[in-house]
Amino acid sequence: MAVMISGITTLHAQDRYFTKTGTITFFSKTDLENIEATNKIVTAALSIKTGAVQFSVPMKAFEFRKGLMQEHFNESYVESDKYPNGSFKGTITNNADIKYDKPGTYEANVEGQLTIHGVTRPVSTKGKVVVAEKSIEANTSFNVLVADYKISIPSLVADKISKSVQINVTTKLEPFTP
Amino acid sequence: MSFTSVSCFCQNNDLLKDIADSSKSKDFVTGAFKSTRVIMSQSIEMLKPGVLDFRILHRFGNVNQGISQFFGLDEATIRLGLDYGISRNFTVGIGRGSFDKEVDGFLKWRAVQQATGKSSIPFSLLLVGGTTMVGESWGNLLPKRSFKHRLGYYFQGIIGRKFNEALTIQLNPTFLHRNLVPTVNDANNIFATGVGGRLKLTKRVSLNVDYYYVFDKPEGSPFHNPLSIGFDIETGGHVFQLHFTNAVGMNEKVFLTETFNDWGKGDIQFGFNISRAFQIKKRKVM
Repeated sequence: MAVMISGITTLHAQDRYFTKTGTITFFSKTDLENIEATNKIVTAALSIKTGAVQFSVPMKAFEFRKGLMQEHFNESYVESDKYPNGSFKGTITNNADIKYDKPGTYEANVEGQLTIHGVTRPVSTKGKVVVAEKSIEANTSFNVLVADYKISIPSLVADKISKSVQINVTTKLEPFTP
Repeated sequence: MSFTSVSCFCQNNDLLKDIADSSKSKDFVTGAFKSTRVIMSQSIEMLKPGVLDFRILHRFGNVNQGISQFFGLDEATIRLGLDYGISRNFTVGIGRGSFDKEVDGFLKWRAVQQATGKSSIPFSLLLVGGTTMVGESWGNLLPKRSFKHRLGYYFQGIIGRKFNEALTIQLNPTFLHRNLVPTVNDANNIFATGVGGRLKLTKRVSLNVDYYYVFDKPEGSPFHNPLSIGFDIETGGHVFQLHFTNAVGMNEKVFLTETFNDWGKGDIQFGFNISRAFQIKKRKVM
């Protein structure tokens, strides 16, 4: 847990950046119904040296406007009692292109493993890393297929839930000091 | 950039080490039952705020009447009810049953909710208060009655626990007061204890049991303890409860004091409840 201090730059001297209040929303659009939920207590960490990123998402914290939808989401779809956390473990593959010592917006290519409902699948997406003086923002947006994560949708409601769901991630990371 | 001393979080190290709390301080337990009733009784589940639950309860006649009454299906009594979640821990409800044309209303308050995590609570504790009013015209019955004789009141505590995804058990100690009773041998005040539970069989289907032991039944009373057994089937917005019971009536006053059917004699009725929840007041999220 020793802090890395590079002699070259001191703008972001810590290696690990984190947040416990990251936001993830997901959105399913069909002709019959739109389903939207927001989670505001996502834990995320980034290592600026290696570009490694890791997310932990407490599934019960997704809030829906319809209470019954939230209950069904947890009980029957993602089974959050069995799988309380979704997670992502990956890397910014072009991390070397991001100048963490120079404020600005950088394109990031992210690849990693996404685990939802106990199923892990590879995911690759593009995101944005916004370097500011005291923080680093990391945002991305990508789609997942519900069936890929063995989330079963009963035929009765199949027309109300899109097979492909859009996931938006917004995080503002601050240096981690143990 | 190269670094001579290596102390970074590389390779497979857990980036979230020391950052993520693995257990939240309080994680409320939900989904103990598929709906707010076990079968007859209130369950430890509450309606979410802003949710209106429209309940249609059907109770048919005794199955052992045979084909002449189509196994009881020819005789149906109905209770229509509306329950509304005012807040997470407070629900109100009203209803009217065709049996005795009785109107009933209740208030249900959850004092304690079962929770896991650092400050865990092993059970849920709720209080229910209700009143019933017989609507049927009394015509010229003697002795002459007044309005207050139509009324009954009940108070109930509910203590229950969701043991795991499959099993929930609860107890409903109940006090019932009737302003008017049929005979001198009947007490105006009754104590009973309900025992209810569910066994979840699949993601959307459970087996529910609901039983009351009524204390101090008078000698030679023709009334029996009500027992209901059935299945809950959840289909998205609806919960269907298909059950068999000896209980007469669909509110606490009737099934506790007027159940003249005996499981032992096969005086069983088929019952069918539908619960449909509507989100009336949308929550503000984001």
